[in-house]
Order: sequence, then C-alpha cells, then structure tokens
Amino acid sequence: MNQILYLWPFVRLGLSDVWRHKTRSFLTMLGMVFGVGSVIAMLAVGEGASQQALDSIKRLGSQNIMVMSVKPTTEDGGNTGSQRGSLAVYGLLYEDEERIKETVPGVTLTVPARMTRRNARLGERQLEMRVVETNPDWFEVVQRPVLAGRVLGEHDLRMRANVCVLTEHGVRRLLAAEEMIGQRIRIASGVFEVIGIVKNETGGTVRAPDSEADAYIPITTGTQLFGEANIRYSAGGMEGEKVELSQIIVKMADTEAVEPGSKAIEAVLARFHKKRDFRIDVPLTLLREAERTKRTYNIVLGAIAGISLLVGGIGIMNIMLASVTERTKEIGIRRAIGARRSRIVVQFLINTCVLSIGGGIVGLLLGVSIPLLITAFTAMPTVVQPYSLVLAFGISVGIGIVFGLYPALRAASLDPIEALRHE
Amino acid sequence: MIVCGTEMPRPRSDEVVRLDDVMRHYLVGDEVVRALDGVSFSMRKGSYWAIMGPSGSGKSTMLNILGCLDRPSSGAYWLNGENVAEMDDNQLSDHRLKNLGFIFQSFHLIPQLTVGENIEVPLLYLGLPHAERRYKAEALAERVGMSHRLRHLPSELSGGQRQRVAVARALANDPAVLLADEPTGNLDSATSVQIMGLFQELYEQGKTVILVTHEPDIAKYAKANIVLKDGRILSLHGEGV
Ligand SMILES: Nc1ncnc2c1ncn2[C@@H]1O[C@H](COP(=O)(O)OP(=O)(O)OP(=O)(O)O)[C@@H](O)[C@H]1O
Ligand SMILES: [Mg+2]
Repeated sequence: MNQILYLWPFVRLGLSDVWRHKTRSFLTMLGMVFGVGSVIAMLAVGEGASQQALDSIKRLGSQNIMVMSVKPTTEDGGNTGSQRGSLAVYGLLYEDEERIKETVPGVTLTVPARMTRRNARLGERQLEMRVVETNPDWFEVVQRPVLAGRVLGEHDLRMRANVCVLTEHGVRRLLAAEEMIGQRIRIASGVFEVIGIVKNETGGTVRAPDSEADAYIPITTGTQLFGEANIRYSAGGMEGEKVELSQIIVKMADTEAVEPGSKAIEAVLARFHKKRDFRIDVPLTLLREAERTKRTYNIVLGAIAGISLLVGGIGIMNIMLASVTERTKEIGIRRAIGARRSRIVVQFLINTCVLSIGGGIVGLLLGVSIPLLITAFTAMPTVVQPYSLVLAFGISVGIGIVFGLYPALRAASLDPIEALRHE
Repeated sequence: MIVCGTEMPRPRSDEVVRLDDVMRHYLVGDEVVRALDGVSFSMRKGSYWAIMGPSGSGKSTMLNILGCLDRPSSGAYWLNGENVAEMDDNQLSDHRLKNLGFIFQSFHLIPQLTVGENIEVPLLYLGLPHAERRYKAEALAERVGMSHRLRHLPSELSGGQRQRVAVARALANDPAVLLADEPTGNLDSATSVQIMGLFQELYEQGKTVILVTHEPDIAKYAKANIVLKDGRILSLHGEGV
C-alpha cells in the first residue's frame, strides 16, 4: 500500500506527461491499440471458427467410424461390379457390415443405412427429403433429442411398418402448423405415419450423419417398397444405381479403439472390394486434425499480432528515447536532489507503462468490439475468451516494461553533472 | 565506514565538512586536467563560506564534490563524519537527499511542475505522505515569501522568485549543508541583495552555507572565504575553519 502511494505521484507525472504531448502520445499509443486490438480480435475469430468446427465434429460422435459408399470415379474403372444397361452397382453390402462386426475388435454396434432422395408430400405441400432407411440403432449412435413421439423400434422393423421419424426442420417445412404426430405423409410410392420428431443439428464444416430434412424409415420397409436400386429417368433414358448400403456407422467401445478400428475396417473392406467404392471418415481423426489446425492457426495469428505489438513497442521506445533526451536536465535536477538511479528508472518505466497500458486499454475495447461487429454483420461466430483480455493487458504492461527499460536505464545512467549542464 | 590510511585523522565532531588532500583529475585526450590539485580544509557546523577564484580555478568542481555529485580522484572527504570519497552511487544519492541542499545559478526548477510540486520533490523521494508534503511545501514557500505562487509554473515567475523557490526546495530536507553555485549570477543587484538576505537568515538559523561566487560584493556576506587558483587553495581565512 505504501509502495503504491509512493508510486502514485509518478503515475500522475506520467499521465500529465502523456497529456502534455497529446498528439505524440496518441500516435504512439495507436501502435499498442492496434497491436492489442488485433490480438484479441484475432483470437476471438479463431476461437469462434475452431469451436464451431470442433462442435460439429463432436456431434458426429468421437467413438464412431463412418463407412460410406462412394461412386468410383470413371478413371477408376467406371461402373464397377455387374453392369446392366446403365445401372451402376457399387458400394457397401450387408456382408460388409457382418464382416466388420465379426472381424474388427472393439466394435460395439454397427448401423446400416441406405439414403435416397425422394419426394414427400402432404396434401398440397411437397418437399424433397432425404430418406434414411435404417434400424433403431441409428438413434443409439446419432443421439438427438426426441421432440415428440418416439423413434423407430424393433417391431417396426419386424413388421415392416410404414412409419417414419422426421427431423424438426423437415417437419416444419412439410407439416407446418398441423398436428404432427399421427399424420400420414406420402413418400414416393408409400404412405407413412409420422411417429416421432427428432431435433437435428446439422451445419458446420463437417458432414454430420443427419441433414436438414430427413425421414427415417425402417430399412426393411424401404427394401420392400423401393428395392435397392435408385432409378432416375432422364432425357437420355433410364439411369440408375444400385447401392445396397449407403452407409455403415460403426460404434467402437471407446475412443482408443477408434484408430486401430478404422485401420482394420479399411483392411477388411479393401480385401473384398476390388474398386475403391467406399470411404472411411473418422470423426476423432477429424477432431485431432481440427485441433492441430487450430494450433497452427493460433501460432500464425499470434505471430502476426506479435509483430504488430513489436512495432507498437518500438514506437514507444523511440518516443521514450526522445523524451529522455528532452528531459535530460530534469533527470539531472532529480539526481542532484537525491533521487537514486532506480527511482529514475521507475519514473520512466511508469511513463512508458502509462503509454502502453493506455494503448492497451483502448486496444482492448477495440478488440472486444471488432468480434461483436463481425458476428453482427457476417454471422461468423466469434468467442472473446476472458483469458485473452488478461493476456492483452499483460502484454501491454510487458511491452511497456521491455521497451521502456532501455530508455529508462539510459536516463538513469546519465551523469548528474553532465545532465544538469544540458540545455 | 572503515577508511584507508592511519595518517588520515577522523574529523572533529563540530566539523561538518573536511577535505584531506582532495584531487580531481580529468583525462582529456592524453592530457590530465588537474581541476583540484590537493585541497585540504575543514568547515565548522553553522559557518558561512564563500569560494572564490578566477574562471577555471576549480570552484564548481569543488562544489560538486562537496555536494556529493562527484567523487574525488583521490583524498578523503568527510561529510557529517562519514568518508564520502569511497561511497557508491546510491550512498551518494542518499547523502544528497538527506544532508545537502543545492541552489544553482540557473535555478534548475522542473519546468512542468508547479512551485508547490517543485518544493515537494525532495519530500517525495524522502517518502513523506501526501498531506505532510503539502503542509511542508506550504511552510517552506511561506518562509521564502512565495506562498502566494504555489500553483504557478516556474515560467510564470521572475528570476528572483524562481531562486526563492529553489532555496525553498533546497531547504525541504532540512539539510546540514546548503551549497550554492553562483546563486546570484543570473539576478540583478536588487534581487541579489534579497537572495543574500535569505542566506543570511539561514546562516543565522544555524545552517552551514557554502557559496561559489566571483563577485566580491556577494562574497562579503560570507563569514569566511577560500580563494582557489589552478585547483589549489590560494588563501583561506575567516571564522569557521
Ligand atoms: N568534465 C570535465 N572534463 C574535463 N575537464 C573539466 C571538466 N569539468 C571541469 N573541467 C576543467 O576543470 C577546471 C575547473 O573547472 P571548474 O568548472 O571547476 O571551474 P570554475 O572555477 O567553476 O570556473 P567558472 O568560474 O568559469 O565557473 C577547468 O579547467 C575545466 O576545464
Ligand atoms: Mg563554475
């Protein structure tokens, strides 16, 4: 407390010095303002982006491995497997699911799914939906809150029931305000009773298993109604593809098992698929990659911000050196009166810190408002983390001390007699 | 403080200042300038001295050493019974802060501080609390007749007024010795008389006053004087030896 009281007159002196040279101080502080401001703003933007990415990856489930059918490219051999007319046959099979379940260690659950885009209608309203033919385990693996009704059950599968579960967005667009549960909607050639509505959380940079407007139906019903071929009629004639399973979601016992699991799946599938008509996505790997990217991103941002702070610091040092020359005589007077060298150092350090902290505070305000503006105008998420404010303040004090030290030491090292003689 | 030679006697208790064979040499290129070339004398507490001599005779050099702004190249300087010649920079600073008061020819007030704040500077370094500093500064300004100008800047004062403020500041730490280097050098004769009157008062109140001057009129106020020439004492007489 005593120390603070002792320092106060020097702080006031520093403030009045800064005030006396308003223009100069303002220009000097600008360096700090932009330095600190950019540190906070960049961290906020970076954090916002990476949190968004991480969130969407986490929603995929970090214990899951997603195996997907992909149409082989033509250079890769064009239509693979048997070929009838222009019907392309490729992709994952029930056998693949069985093989994975039996040979890959650590698998707790596999969920087959076939996805097609089909028209759904309710009276006048029409909507193209993604129809996911799957079994009840889907909801085990892709956990989403049930908003109304229930999800698919085993008996629906056994009975090949004409029931469907819709996603929230799909419901809103198809059913609008009408009573949802129990409605009958037409999907392609079948009529389905809506038995439940689940929340969906799509978006972000990573493909989630669910999409905007999904209709989940028992895979048995789907096979019976639609078969496994998806045929489109176009101007050139009939064009179609036959995919037994669009996707197999494999749930592993724990996150440790995910990476070896994905390698094992890769090996199993590669043995039975002559062409590369599948893809394996590991959310955990994506997560790790995203975290790595985030780190790199932070380093780059940090370096840029660091350079601007460095420039700000050099600006301050420059001004302080000029100030030392300008105030040589004052230093001489203070030394003659009996100020120790250390007190001259303290006085000048406080002076620089007033500049750098002043700039730091304005920069802090700038750094907090820029992300707000970005979010307001571009809908890009930004997260200003409390630590970055502490960091910015710490940095400005640090810059003040580091770049103020040399001028302060120079001031203190002046010979009092020489300094007094200075005009 | 343990000091070198046995032949160097410790000063008597009433000697506030004592120099034993003090030299101050400057090396300018290859040439040695002997600004002080073996000076010995002592001054009693409460004496009033004028240091005289032609330009370049070493007056300022001697005052700087007496004022602990400089150290002798050799010899001993006893201030209040302590040998200052071998002290480090911090100890010298502390001596200036506690035992000495300076008055300069060109006043040397800090231009951006008010009169009151200028007087407070030594009190600040002495660590006095705010209220006490205020109170003391006002009393000191009163003493030199400047209490009506406490909130003025030095640039708003006349030369004589500035020198009064400088005297008030020099007195702030209640120093044992007051040192003045040509205190009237920048003042007209009427103002000089006023300032010398102030010194006279301080002397009468028991302060040791040492002033450097080359004006015999000013030197007359002192009770003793030293005349320097080429860094040596040419003559030394008066009361207080
Ligand atoms: N820093 C220095 N470096 C070299 N020589 C110096 C230095 N300071 C003083 N001198 C020399 O020492 C001698 C004494 O100087 P000093 O300033 O003490 O004289 P002075 O008696 O005060 O003169 P004046 O009446 O003109 O003020 C002079 O010859 C001067 O050139
Ligand atoms: Mg001189």
